[in-house]
Amino acid sequence: MDTTRRDFLTTAASAAGAAMTGDHENSHSHDHEHQAVPSDFALRVKSLESLLVEKGLVDRAALDVLVDAYEHKIGPRNGARVVARAWTDAAYKHRLMTSADAAIAELGYGGMQGEHMVVVENTAKVHNLVVCTLCSCYPWPVLGLPPVWYKSAPYRSRAVIDPRGVLREFGLEIPEDVEVRVWDSTAEVRYLVLPERPRGTEKMSQEELAALITRDAMVGVAKVALPQEGTRA
Amino acid sequence: MNGVHDMGGMHDMGPIEYEKDEPVFHAAWEARLFALRRAMGAWRKWNIDATRYQVELVPPAAYLELSYYARQLVAFLEMLPKSGLVSKAEIENAIPDPSQAKAIPALTAEKAARLVARGVPTSRDVPVPARFEVGQQVRARNMHPAGHTRLPRYTRGKRGTIDLDHGVFVFPDTNAHFLGEKPQHVYSVRFSARELWGEQAASHDSVYVDLWDDYLEPA
Repeated sequence: MDTTRRDFLTTAASAAGAAMTGDHENSHSHDHEHQAVPSDFALRVKSLESLLVEKGLVDRAALDVLVDAYEHKIGPRNGARVVARAWTDAAYKHRLMTSADAAIAELGYGGMQGEHMVVVENTAKVHNLVVCTLCSCYPWPVLGLPPVWYKSAPYRSRAVIDPRGVLREFGLEIPEDVEVRVWDSTAEVRYLVLPERPRGTEKMSQEELAALITRDAMVGVAKVALPQEGTRA
Repeated sequence: MNGVHDMGGMHDMGPIEYEKDEPVFHAAWEARLFALRRAMGAWRKWNIDATRYQVELVPPAAYLELSYYARQLVAFLEMLPKSGLVSKAEIENAIPDPSQAKAIPALTAEKAARLVARGVPTSRDVPVPARFEVGQQVRARNMHPAGHTRLPRYTRGKRGTIDLDHGVFVFPDTNAHFLGEKPQHVYSVRFSARELWGEQAASHDSVYVDLWDDYLEPA
């Protein structure tokens, strides 16, 4: 243990030192600031990839498949289709609320970090919010990889102790008589919020509805709004 | 372990920094690292709990300073030599040991697509009796293991109610240390916000936490 910790300190100290030479990605107050990622990390990963490929431990084609899947194929559009279907198909919604894995699989979604799904429904009386205080667990098959704020200390630390304050920071004021339920993803179950369907969308098709549904609404930090009301990401 | 990673309830971590139209990865190295970790995971020399514990071992000051992917990199560089697949010297020199035969990658492109689509389920189809039932009052045990655990500090010693039985899953506290899967029931346990945080919390708010049988006792 002692040796491990010492080795860690050496590695991490040099890594942290490198991080401080450029702004780390947790503070992105300026546009493109993330491009100042320390070259040390980039070089380290590049040489590591070469080494693992040369040793025959890693196939570059497999890496490309993994990156392509999460960069281009799997994201919040998947979750939006699930929600839009649930809004327009009561039988589907029932399946989604009672057996989420199977219902999500009906639309062709599932897999890594979404092996065991539970859907929680927002109503006029209940508002749900999802967090992972211990690391950054998130339902990848329906929302893609998590944004930096979801993985950050401010969100992870405060979502459980002050969810209403966190929601206010996202521009959402939850009335006192509405119950706030926070879901801390401490195990391998992943949570998706089924947001409330906004009024005035009765005539919209599933595709039109899906276009309104944001990642933030499915994490629980936003509501689904009509386009003219103005939405946030 | 009572580390900084267990940050539920901590104060003063600053405002939530929201990036509009955020890219999936902020740099190419993040994407490559993300994929490398999965490709090497296919050798099955470790498991998801062991990788989480390795990240928790990043010293506290560095943990808070580093970005998510930088932490993952630090942990990955520690995990690789432990697995026996790569030596520390090879990593430092970035040159393969010529005395070792070239391996055949565990994860092909085809298997990678299957990994994405199917994942790695941690539920276990074994007949383990549930120690608690839905609606039952429980207390999260007051325990402070120095190793890996998924029992957040803010729940320890607190009373809650079993809301849902998720079924049987691998137990992280043993699995992370390669001491066996010890499959057992995981429940969604509802804690009232006031039980956790006192009078400052809204009276009808609550926090649901997924907890294993071994974390709970009858209340």
